[in-house]
Amino acid sequence: MTAVWVTVAVLALGTAVLRLAGPLALGGRSLSASALNVVELLASALLAALVVVETFGKGRALTLDARVLGAAFAAAALMRRAPMIVVVLGAAAVTAIARLLT
Amino acid sequence: MGAACAPERLGSARERRRAGIRRGIPFGIAVFAISISFGVLARPLMGPVAPIVMSIVVFSGSAQFGALAVLTAGGSAAAAIVAGLLLNARYLAMGLALAPSLRGRAASRAAFAMTTVDASWAAASIGGGAFDPWHMVGMSIPQYAGWVLGTVVGVFIGPALGDPQSLGLDALFPAFFIALLFAEARGRRRLAAAGGGAGIALALTPFVPAGLPILAAAAAAVAASRMRS
Repeated sequence: MTAVWVTVAVLALGTAVLRLAGPLALGGRSLSASALNVVELLASALLAALVVVETFGKGRALTLDARVLGAAFAAAALMRRAPMIVVVLGAAAVTAIARLLT
Repeated sequence: MGAACAPERLGSARERRRAGIRRGIPFGIAVFAISISFGVLARPLMGPVAPIVMSIVVFSGSAQFGALAVLTAGGSAAAAIVAGLLLNARYLAMGLALAPSLRGRAASRAAFAMTTVDASWAAASIGGGAFDPWHMVGMSIPQYAGWVLGTVVGVFIGPALGDPQSLGLDALFPAFFIALLFAEARGRRRLAAAGGGAGIALALTPFVPAGLPILAAAAAAVAASRMRS
């Protein structure tokens, strides 16, 4: 439980620092172009990593289970510009049905 | 263009904030639904109080889901924190862009900056590199309310839902990250960063503790930043 509260507290502080650094501390200055380039790409890299780990990961093993179908539904729904709520709930429903049938 | 769009010409602070609130309501409803799933997923690991506190003080979907995913997989607090902060690193770039549009005392600039979330920041852009801070604040109000209320609802309905696995709730994680990735990974360099990040995470998962494959994916951002845009 301590780990949970430490995560909440430090993440809150760190996120506030990230939101405030530009408008307060760095007034007028900017990061170097190469640092900004990396910052801009971090979310894409980490989100993709989270997608594959949450779809295929089971502890330290990689598996294929019903989550793959849910994730595939989410991707297909996004391609068809479905609203976020349809994407997310549909993925859960597809996964639940697949588990029910197997 | 820039001068014609200066915030002063867009009406009073109150009108601009109200316009932002109206525009933010549909986002607030969507965020409400997403945060219900955050509350449901967080409850078994974090208990009832910590997820609500987290939504109040962090107010960032990607970081909260990211940190929760790492903790749920058995990763350490340090790995969860670093993953969350790397996911939020974009706020640094957004804050740098926002800074010239914020005037007044440090406390007031800080208050505006704390309302930075993706949709509000993007909508507050009025061209020429300028932002309407009141519009951003207005838009963030319904989203903040939706995010916190949804978490409360999720934490309390979670236990009544039954077995999370049989409901497919574990698939909410990849679905949510795919949706964020879909909005984020536009353009060659971002796609390259995403592809590299996915490859690194898959390759490392069998060999290192939970959470580290996510952090190692940051190397793909560094590599992709060297590409020509």
